[in-house]
Amino acid sequence: MSERPPEDVPEGIEAQPRGARQRGSKPIDQAEAAKRFLAAPRHQQQHDARLWTLRQRRDEQMWAMPEWEELRQLASDIKEHTLSRLDHYLEMFEAKAKANGVVVHWARDAAEHNKIVQQLLEQHGARTLIKSKSMLTEECGLRADLAKAGIDVVETDLGERIQQLDDEDPSHVVVPAVHKLRTDVAKVFAATIGSDPDNDDPPYLAEAQRNAARPVILSAGAGMTGANFLVAETGAVVVCTNEGNADLCANIPALHIVSAGIEKIIPRMGDLAVFVRMLSRSALGSPITQYTSHFRGPRPGAEMHVVLVDNGRSERLGMAEFWTSLKCIRCGACMNTCPVYRRSGGLSYGATYSGPIGLIIDPTFNARKYSNLPYSSTLNGSCSNVCPVKINIHEQIYAWRKVLVREHETPFVKRAAMRAAGAVLARPTVYRAAIEKTNDALTSLPRFVIYNGMNEWGKGREMPRPPAETFHQWFIRTRGDKP
Amino acid sequence: MSSRDAILAAIRSHLPKGERPLPAVPTFEDHSPADLIEAFGRALKRMGGRMLQPDPGGDGTAPVNALLADSLLVCSATPEIAGEFDLNDVVDPRSLADVDHAVVRASCGVAETGSVLLTDGDLKVNALAYLAQHLVVLLDPADIVVNLHAAYGRPEFRERAYAVFHSGPSATADIEGVLILGAQGVRSLSVWLVPRKSGQPD
Repeated sequence: MSERPPEDVPEGIEAQPRGARQRGSKPIDQAEAAKRFLAAPRHQQQHDARLWTLRQRRDEQMWAMPEWEELRQLASDIKEHTLSRLDHYLEMFEAKAKANGVVVHWARDAAEHNKIVQQLLEQHGARTLIKSKSMLTEECGLRADLAKAGIDVVETDLGERIQQLDDEDPSHVVVPAVHKLRTDVAKVFAATIGSDPDNDDPPYLAEAQRNAARPVILSAGAGMTGANFLVAETGAVVVCTNEGNADLCANIPALHIVSAGIEKIIPRMGDLAVFVRMLSRSALGSPITQYTSHFRGPRPGAEMHVVLVDNGRSERLGMAEFWTSLKCIRCGACMNTCPVYRRSGGLSYGATYSGPIGLIIDPTFNARKYSNLPYSSTLNGSCSNVCPVKINIHEQIYAWRKVLVREHETPFVKRAAMRAAGAVLARPTVYRAAIEKTNDALTSLPRFVIYNGMNEWGKGREMPRPPAETFHQWFIRTRGDKP
Repeated sequence: MSSRDAILAAIRSHLPKGERPLPAVPTFEDHSPADLIEAFGRALKRMGGRMLQPDPGGDGTAPVNALLADSLLVCSATPEIAGEFDLNDVVDPRSLADVDHAVVRASCGVAETGSVLLTDGDLKVNALAYLAQHLVVLLDPADIVVNLHAAYGRPEFRERAYAVFHSGPSATADIEGVLILGAQGVRSLSVWLVPRKSGQPD
């Protein structure tokens, strides 16, 4: 996600805003990237409207199901139970999968995961890997590592492929290219797969990608999928998709590699119904994904491998305030409902996981780099309300702010302001005097003084209109004579 | 220490405290529709699939024969419909790349979602259901279950190496939310309600 030079923009067409600037481990400035997204009104409005539509469709599905809240509680309880006995269920899954003829690998971190995959591909002489969408492989940076080894990775999900061809990360866990307009896609496809640059009709663009992908799918040496769920009881790997690409990747090459986070496990087949009933309803507002695939073993003459990846998850399990973020099933409902996310775009977060769930997961990977993210929230709680596994997302966002302040991962201006506020709030007479002065100041001072560089809150927001008198003044005036 | 043992040890040292019992999952059948076939058809349509309408008076195969009349290449995994391509000879799934219409019989249907369950046994070659341009699914009305809770009780999920719910054809809405049927897999999915012949395996 390197910064790009300004592109030639034909009159009337705005360039697609790019994501947050990456500066090594230096803190991501989400607000800066969001500002550029807001400055592109056609992109911003399409993005906001599209995600709000998904949220409304999710609501329709929810209202049509009397047992919705019961399912949410069940999903939360099943996940918490499983996480509290995660070692037990992982061993059960491993034993079952092995008995079914699956080879199980364990990877402590991203590097080990990528190495295992690379070795498997080399053993099979596979030079091309066809892939369905997996946030875990994004998290591990798999494509870049395999490219160094001379292996060509081809994403087969339409949105993910658009992002790969545009050399951009996915901006949303379910709809990776949701921040792009059809004109952006037409431009990317014209430059990469040779589609007509003047045709931005979505069915035409989708057909162009289908026709470009087919020969690659038919000639690739190996296929890879992620996993939405792993069932301990039967050793099943469950993949939920809409395009049919995961089943093509898994069912054509002689090697199927599954990349799965250790938190994806659930105990029983019966538990699966709870999650499958809620996943697509929460994500897209459809009753189920077009395909819900259950892989228990290799096809005759083929091999199936599962790589179980930790990459910080076991450590997160020990964080008293944050371990329940491991319940996440990556539906994206919290992103679709979030007013900050809808108006700033997923790429503004500069991390694999964006939106509310990203705010509470990303700091576990790099507390310094993602130290500003927990502030990209209004704490309105909508994310927690739509979460199908009842993660208290907004409370964890707030808790992260406290942790990051404690660990000095907050910017100086914010820290100094908080210290000053703390001193004022601790002394009632000072507080009253300050409030009166502030109200006077907000009424009388010119804008450039109020919205100066030190006013973090005033960036992108209007200050509230001060009341005519403070509560204390009102109380003295109206009740001052009463004891 | 192997990575496996290191990960399991790290998990054991970080397990959340307290008892968190595994809840029993109800079957949620109190809200079942009265007519499962009607509900299945409605849900299938919602997912972009279609139900082939029976023709009264005919031998029952007319609607599916009409659908296949102009097909460039039919490949059937069912005894009811004759194909031009014998699945028993298929060694490499890639040889199915030119199939126009695939015909298969589903293990069961799900009224809640309009899904059909297809296993490696039903498909004979898994890739058939994705490489073909169109999919025709035979479903015995008696094999329709009410919801996903009931469906996951089926033996296929313990016996088969591969089992998949198809809910309509392949689809995408990745460009500005415009729904397109026929993303990477089949462009259409048609369900023909037809009972299994007696003696035919489940």
